[in-house]
Amino acid sequence: MSKRKPYTRELPTDWWMKQLFYTKYMIREGSSVFITIYSLILAWGVLRLIQGEVAFNAWMTSLQSPVAIIVHLIALGLALYHTITWFSLAPKAVDLWIKGKRLNDKVIVTGHYAAFAGATVFCLLVIML
Amino acid sequence: MNQQSMKIDILRYRPEMDDKPFTQTFEIPYKADMSILEALQYIKDHLDSTISFRWSCRMAICGSCGLMVDGIPKLGCKAFLRDYFPNKVTLEPLANFPIERDLVVVMDDFIQKLEEIKPYIIPDKTGSKEKKCLSEGPYKQTPEQMEKYKKFSMCINCGLCYAACPQYALDTKFTGPAALALLARYNRDSRDAGTAERMKIVNQEEGVWGCTFVGYCSVVCPKGVDPAGAIQLLKVESSKDYLIGMFKPE
Repeated sequence: MSKRKPYTRELPTDWWMKQLFYTKYMIREGSSVFITIYSLILAWGVLRLIQGEVAFNAWMTSLQSPVAIIVHLIALGLALYHTITWFSLAPKAVDLWIKGKRLNDKVIVTGHYAAFAGATVFCLLVIML
Repeated sequence: MNQQSMKIDILRYRPEMDDKPFTQTFEIPYKADMSILEALQYIKDHLDSTISFRWSCRMAICGSCGLMVDGIPKLGCKAFLRDYFPNKVTLEPLANFPIERDLVVVMDDFIQKLEEIKPYIIPDKTGSKEKKCLSEGPYKQTPEQMEKYKKFSMCINCGLCYAACPQYALDTKFTGPAALALLARYNRDSRDAGTAERMKIVNQEEGVWGCTFVGYCSVVCPKGVDPAGAIQLLKVESSKDYLIGMFKPE
């Protein structure tokens, strides 16, 4: 008779705390929570804008509360973290071949940063002018 | 000169005696050029002959000696005591696989997944290519065509990427890194015409969409295969497949 009895180990719920790589990954994924909150606040602002000037100004005032500022700062930090980590992974999802050679990873990452900077400047110009 | 020694913790499991694994500590003479695999062989030869582990080539070709070294999936032959000395080192069987005995794991699920993705060249059976005779010679390929898939063909099926994959840990239905990299290897081969068949596997929830791009599989891969990269490229293909399918219903 076979004495086989394979043992299946259970995955501890804190598996992502035991290795820095997994922790960083979870922060990257977790950033979506704060970015969702930020998007909802923004969408709420648009809704208040439709309701008229008084409503919109009340929304603008509410943004100046310390809690709102802290939430926005956290969202900004996480968004930047997500951006940096995502850009560094971007070459893995790009399959561009020029003259029989795969496009260099650095070119792809730099391209992303250039587009990011370009979009930021464009948005700033639209807001300022 | 006094011989220095080093402590090694090994997670042991003897199915005929134990209900669950336990840790046993061994002390071996330390040598800077000793690999983890050699340390295990020393233990088996001199300290405890009952300890079980897999190995064959001793040179990162066969993919047999994968294990967790201080919690990180590595090949025993490619990890060295000097990188852990003078600290203790902990050896455990590859994570995310059931333990058969000591450091030996059950890899059946992984092997089955490798088979499922049709890991062979499926020739074109349309038009003039329908009945290509052997005498017409081999399917030729340029170095450039080979370069498109070569990296993904270097896999030695050691299973380290599965041990590194939290998605596989959470749900073993996920096709997983090595099998999907091998799938990409065949889909990207200019001689192959089986892409349509394999895309059915790719498009599933258990296919590429089970991957959340943790990326640790590519970090631990001892052969630089980059399964995470292969999966992201397949995600792009899967999305294209979906879009084209929307306009071309069949």
